[in-house]
Amino acid sequence: MNASKRAIPWGALGPWIALAITCLFFTVQTERFLSGTNLSLVLQQVMVVGVLAIGQSLIILTAGIDLSCGMVMALGGVVMTKFAVDLGLNPYLALACGLGVAVAFGLLNGLLVTRMKLPPFIVTLGTLNIAFAITQIYSEAQTITDLPEAMTVLGNTFNLGSTEVSYGTVAMLALYALAWFVLRETAPGRHLYAVGNNPEAARLTGINVDKVLVIVYALAGLFYGIAAMLSVARTGVGDPNAGQTDNLDAITAVVLGGTSLFGGRGIILGSLVGAVIVGVFRNGLTLMGVASVYQTLITGILVILAVAADQMSRKGVR
Amino acid sequence: MKLSTSLILSTLTLAVGGAFAADAPVIGLITKTETNPFFVKMKEGAQQEAKKAGAKLMTATGKKDGDTASQITALENMAAAGAKTILITSTGDAIIPTVKKVQAKGVQVIALDSPFDGADALFATDNYKAGVLIGQYAKAALGAKPAKIAMLDLFPGHPVGAQRHNGFMTGFGLKANGATSNELSSTPETVCAGDTDGNQAKGQTAMENCLQKNPDINVVYTINEPAAAGAYNALKKAGKEKGVIIVSVDGGCQGVKDTAAGKIAATSQQYPLKMASMGVAAGVEYAKTGKKVSGYTDTGVTLIAAKAVAGVDSKDTKVGLDLCWGKK
Repeated sequence: MNASKRAIPWGALGPWIALAITCLFFTVQTERFLSGTNLSLVLQQVMVVGVLAIGQSLIILTAGIDLSCGMVMALGGVVMTKFAVDLGLNPYLALACGLGVAVAFGLLNGLLVTRMKLPPFIVTLGTLNIAFAITQIYSEAQTITDLPEAMTVLGNTFNLGSTEVSYGTVAMLALYALAWFVLRETAPGRHLYAVGNNPEAARLTGINVDKVLVIVYALAGLFYGIAAMLSVARTGVGDPNAGQTDNLDAITAVVLGGTSLFGGRGIILGSLVGAVIVGVFRNGLTLMGVASVYQTLITGILVILAVAADQMSRKGVR
Repeated sequence: MKLSTSLILSTLTLAVGGAFAADAPVIGLITKTETNPFFVKMKEGAQQEAKKAGAKLMTATGKKDGDTASQITALENMAAAGAKTILITSTGDAIIPTVKKVQAKGVQVIALDSPFDGADALFATDNYKAGVLIGQYAKAALGAKPAKIAMLDLFPGHPVGAQRHNGFMTGFGLKANGATSNELSSTPETVCAGDTDGNQAKGQTAMENCLQKNPDINVVYTINEPAAAGAYNALKKAGKEKGVIIVSVDGGCQGVKDTAAGKIAATSQQYPLKMASMGVAAGVEYAKTGKKVSGYTDTGVTLIAAKAVAGVDSKDTKVGLDLCWGKK
């Protein structure tokens, strides 16, 4: 992909068009869809998967994949809440510990992929199980309640006109903007695309591929930790069972957003659109009174369409 | 990786088993997961009863819901190690052929909590009745107001989810499917339905969306207490938590605490410990007399409510906390 060309490839617009059509559809079907409150709610409902998807996007752009994201998030959430409630730690310190644990797991993934040359699929399958087990054992499968106020601040809302917007939503949007800027406009961002596109060529141009990969995985861990903060803020508890379906939901968001699973191609804002599309469907179908099993059906169809569109636009460029 | 882990676990429990006297009845317990407090309590109940009766207990578990492979391996290994009775909380119908295989060798296989075809007997909560009790409570608590009910379910097609859902509607006085159906009924009063996977975050999302659809919902049925906690969160954020009746099923200690705190109006409590101890007793009986137990035995369900309502029998939250499972 020629990063110096500023022209937007057709493939990138696909998710936005899909989102627009979906919103139009639901607006026509039910009067309750297109309201500030409802749309703000949808953003709050997708913010956890949305932030997970930032980390996942970075990894998929390097032609890797991370199956452990949801479990690492759950572990981070349990650590930060248990440290604050059981050990009485200062809430901000507890939050930092939770983030630290998530980054540590990301680092572990990165080191296993680069030092042991193990495929990311296998590595993260293993760390997924390890993180899950540690979470269940440490929390004794109990949710942690009665959290200090500081931990749920991101769930609070402020008024934008007559709509309530949550701070967590703003945080998610800000993180996406930051990630987009870094990937598009900075050298590290270009290095990431290069590594995903062709690691050998990247190495030959002097990029330290292993260093890039380790940093990407560790950074993804940081995003999973932030997602844990958002999850804790939204539900008000530390839940050891959180995130179990978020592993695949995050990957779905990335794929729906047009990022190629083969690496090197994709725009990170697409993952945000992917996450929002899934949330919009869940919200819209509930408003219409349609059975939830159809959401699963539609998500599956959308994923196939998204990957097919990516394949076809790839052929077009060649 | 998970297969080898469960194999190692099974081998270790077998090794321990070999050290015991040959005369003690050998009973196996296979649960869905290691860590869910429901199954922890079940294992405790089985161990207590086994100690009392002088029986030898082997245990094994799946890694998570749906891990039938580990349960199948455990069934085979326990039968080979001499278990004459195996108690199992089935995590999927894939175990049925293996169950038949070990039954052909003379092993009694009893289903705990989750029914499956071909089990010698079933010791479980009457989940339909659990739903009926909370439906009756909700109707009495609501009084004469027109009902607008949100149904927060598990996911489509699950028998326990369907039984609690349809039981609730029947108890409330609405037309619904019977206890053998796996389909979720609906009537004009059930204005909204959503899936929660039995988890808190999804419960919150489902409730938020339902409130967008019908801001004047006044009754919420939830499949279990984590989903109820999520529903309460959503109502609180919308400022509606005072006027809405939330009912649930499970009777775990966290859920009873939520009931005492006024977040849940009433919950049907179930007894995993009883399921396990009845199962072990049946195993001892079979080993001593060769008589198999059969049919369905209801292990009991109690309605726990902070405030009693006229015409509906319930116990208060102190009783609930005494009998609850999980960390007190």
